[in-house]
Amino acid sequence: MDNFFESAYSIAQQIKDNSITSKEVVSKYFDNIESKNSELNAFLITDKQAAIRQAEIVDQKIQAGQQVGTLAGLPVAIKDNICTDDFTTTCASKILREWKPPYNATVIQKLISQDAIILGKTNLDEFAMGSSTEHSAFGPTKNPVDPSRVPGGSSGGSACAVKTDMASVALGSDTGGSIRQPAAFCGIVGMKPTYGLVSRYGLIAFASSLDQIGPFGKTVKDCALVLNAISGHDPYDSTSLDIKSDDYLQYVDRDLKGIRIGLIEEFDEVLDVSLRENLESATNLFKQNGAEIVKVSLPYVKYALSTYYLIAPAEASSNLARFDGVRYGLRVDGDNVEEMMINTRTQGFGQEVKRRIMLGTYALSSGYYDAYYKTAQKLRTALISDFKKVYDQVDVIICPTTPTGAFEFGAKLDDPLQMYMSDIFTIPSNLAGHPAISVPFGTDSNGMPLGIQILADGLNDSKVIHVGSALETLRTEG
Amino acid sequence: MTQDKSFISKEQVLHVAALAKLNLSDQEVTKFTAQLSDILGYANELSELELKDVSPTAHPIELENVFRDDTVLKSIDNSKVIQNAPESLNSQFKVPPILDD
Amino acid sequence: MEMPANTVKNDIEDFLKDTGFEATIGLEVHCELKTATKLWCSCKNSFGNEPNTLVCPVCLGLPGSLPVLNKRAVEYAIRIGLALNCTVQNSIFHRKNYFYPDMPKDFQISQYDIPINADGYVTLPDGGSVGIVRAHIEEDTGKSTHFSASGRIHESSATLIDYNRAGIPLVEIVSAPDITSSEMAKAYVTELRNIIVATGATDGKMEEGSMRVDANVSVKRIQDSELGTRCEIKNLNSLRSLGKAINYEIKRQVDNILSGQKVVQQTRHFNEDLNQTVTLRTKEEAEDYRYFPEPDLVPLNPGAAWIEQIKAEMPPLLIERRRMVQDLMRETQEIDQLQSAIAILVDLNLDSVFKQTVGIGANPTIALKRLTNEAANAVEAARNLNPEQFAKLIQLETDNKISTTQSKTILSKMLENPDKTLDILISELNIVSFGEAETTALVEQLIKDKPDEFERFKQGDDKVTQFFIGQIMRLSKGQANGKLVTEILMKKRNQF
Repeated sequence: MDNFFESAYSIAQQIKDNSITSKEVVSKYFDNIESKNSELNAFLITDKQAAIRQAEIVDQKIQAGQQVGTLAGLPVAIKDNICTDDFTTTCASKILREWKPPYNATVIQKLISQDAIILGKTNLDEFAMGSSTEHSAFGPTKNPVDPSRVPGGSSGGSACAVKTDMASVALGSDTGGSIRQPAAFCGIVGMKPTYGLVSRYGLIAFASSLDQIGPFGKTVKDCALVLNAISGHDPYDSTSLDIKSDDYLQYVDRDLKGIRIGLIEEFDEVLDVSLRENLESATNLFKQNGAEIVKVSLPYVKYALSTYYLIAPAEASSNLARFDGVRYGLRVDGDNVEEMMINTRTQGFGQEVKRRIMLGTYALSSGYYDAYYKTAQKLRTALISDFKKVYDQVDVIICPTTPTGAFEFGAKLDDPLQMYMSDIFTIPSNLAGHPAISVPFGTDSNGMPLGIQILADGLNDSKVIHVGSALETLRTEG
Repeated sequence: MTQDKSFISKEQVLHVAALAKLNLSDQEVTKFTAQLSDILGYANELSELELKDVSPTAHPIELENVFRDDTVLKSIDNSKVIQNAPESLNSQFKVPPILDD
Repeated sequence: MEMPANTVKNDIEDFLKDTGFEATIGLEVHCELKTATKLWCSCKNSFGNEPNTLVCPVCLGLPGSLPVLNKRAVEYAIRIGLALNCTVQNSIFHRKNYFYPDMPKDFQISQYDIPINADGYVTLPDGGSVGIVRAHIEEDTGKSTHFSASGRIHESSATLIDYNRAGIPLVEIVSAPDITSSEMAKAYVTELRNIIVATGATDGKMEEGSMRVDANVSVKRIQDSELGTRCEIKNLNSLRSLGKAINYEIKRQVDNILSGQKVVQQTRHFNEDLNQTVTLRTKEEAEDYRYFPEPDLVPLNPGAAWIEQIKAEMPPLLIERRRMVQDLMRETQEIDQLQSAIAILVDLNLDSVFKQTVGIGANPTIALKRLTNEAANAVEAARNLNPEQFAKLIQLETDNKISTTQSKTILSKMLENPDKTLDILISELNIVSFGEAETTALVEQLIKDKPDEFERFKQGDDKVTQFFIGQIMRLSKGQANGKLVTEILMKKRNQF
């Protein structure tokens, strides 16, 4: 029975074949939630009754022989920075503790239209700012592999839920690695699609030009299944790409013949021994199975972290201005409206959010804009043109997802710069708007899971799925 | 990673907090001054680069002219608008007095 | 420091002359666009509704919502740019960051260093010119009102906010500092308003707040080359306030300098009750707007083809419409005196019915006078006048078949009854034609009846003219034409 949870794709098939009901499936997942969530704190809120009710509706449709969606009856978890009108949406912040959006995000509408069952909302670093889920106002999520360690972040709750079979698949958001890093730390697959492939409407913005919603799954195929459902043009998002839809499932289980894979020279020097060995064994598997390995250079990639930590906080400082106690969320009173706003924001935001708002406000402020924000934007151009040259030579790039495996709680809490370093390999894809996937591969010296990341050029989401799926197969065969 | 040079002063931290409508305790001012200085010091590596001829990128994707037709759709119910308001009166949002008017 | 703001124009001119100062004024005019929906969402763009009924996640700035640009708003902004002789260019949107409770996102989406329209000008009726620096697109804010539990106005215990106006599209038109007096400022705003209203993009109603003006005023000694420190007066919502506020501000700043103080850069507010400007805020840190490119929107690059199409589909420009009327009146002797009537005709959108009426052969001067005086009271009806019937009416007046008074009477009935022909109206009103023959007969009868009076008239006593006109009006029950009576009397005096 353990195997039952290993593939959302196969569960979806069984529900559709009527060999198991959605109600039974949802109940199984709720059994896990009830036995595990109080310790791990992956979910902030669930609604079993509503989920069962939805499952019954799907079951009736199937039994009546009606057409159902591609995710029919499948239990899904949603990161709590994606708006749902059936659940509060808190961003794991005191400032939005009770907030119930009067609308659904586009991705939620899409999941519902494919008959998915939404179980509840998962924990995150407050406003998706963090790499450990320690910055949640509602307590950290624990790493299910070793509960003394962080699950990664910011989408730690979604990663933990999928790893522990509290959800079959989940949605997260990725601004600088917030899907891929927790996927790697928890030992599952996480994907950040091309910027604009999935609508951001209803995703509470952290850094608008970097944010992207993406799937978590046990397998690459599960991620492809979810990506099929959530991608596509949305007239409510001006940055949504209006392109022909693709079936990402067709890129799973292909061979690697003719595939050229790049290794980034500049990352060599920052890899420690265990990470280098892990990357080498992945590289060898690729080579043995027909892929061509090419050394490539991204001269500007070493500035990506600096670039990111100017752009993301700058956009965040503006995006988070609206939390002022006037229209929704927390209000802490004051004698006049100005005092009320200050009191609300001062008490409503946690330390990491304040730190980034401060940093971003400074980067945009008069006299510093050119030196910080504008320079960072220029770096972004330089990095994108680096990538362009590389993708003339190779189909994909591979590198570790993270510089270490999951670390212990509190290890980096007092040194934000060290915490930011966890994102060093994931950030470049966000700056360039490119797709990337993290596939579990190997472990660190503590036995914690590691991830190998596959990057591709913008709109080549099919390539990261193709190569990611191949790596998954080779790993299990090997 | 701590720099010898401070990249932001306490006064600047206080100025930025005022712009961002945050009240910082003395302890926070000290802590943020050190931490922001660390981060800005790290980011200072960018200042060494020659980027005069590089144009800035605001968007990772090249899109232009995304429009909506000028057609009225239904607004949301007033009750849903007001349901989340910390305080309201007669379908309006109620806040403490605005001072500078 | 107090000074009555109703200082007349000459006072302030004399004051400047006496003190050796001159004023430099630039205006920022915000006008709401007449689109069906708001700038970023599909909520209705409408004035005077129940509070917070025309709002959605986008214009309420709810977390997760995103803006999508209204194409019609861009088209209207381009119309305004073209009418103001601007270059229409590729542009982007920026966020202007500052906290204010009537601004749902606590930033305003606006345009900053690259506006859609730049470098235009407005020619004033007196031939002067004011440069237009830019005319950019931005969103309006919500509306806050003070609320007092005790009912006393000045004891404001809370503020209530209605976001129906939030997100309504605006074009902000920024003039060059080419304006030198309150009179010129008023002339500029009047002409600007007429120009942009004629494009169909905005209705320019200052009283409803759909057009609002901010004035930047500075003064300097005439011989100085550098401009003085400027103050911005916010939200002037009538021409009267604009004039008064500028005059008050000029006097205040000059007095300030003369008494050895410095003018402090400030945002000020014009208090209509006190008739003076008062400090709103001093421009210090509150003014760091931290502009940066709006990451939720993409560049706006209208392109030559679309701009040409907008130009082609746009209503004719005000200046072209005036020129068309002037062309139709070129034979008219008194055209110079009729220029302001021509401007009114065009502003009232009556130039089209004028053109058709004159095209049929009606006298342009009479048509212009009737349309801008009598018909102006019923503009809607006047725009729908049947040009043929109206031309016939003017012809009767031109031929002296009816008097001016009769003509006006018939016109007012014609406006009320668009379906009735001129002949029916004349018969319904019992209008009797007092043409030359009928009037001559009456005059001759009167001369016979009143020989003494006629004798005095012949001797040169012109006062008797009024007596004769009065008598004939009585006999004709008011339908005779006084002018014609005088003419005939004169003829008779020469005959006898």
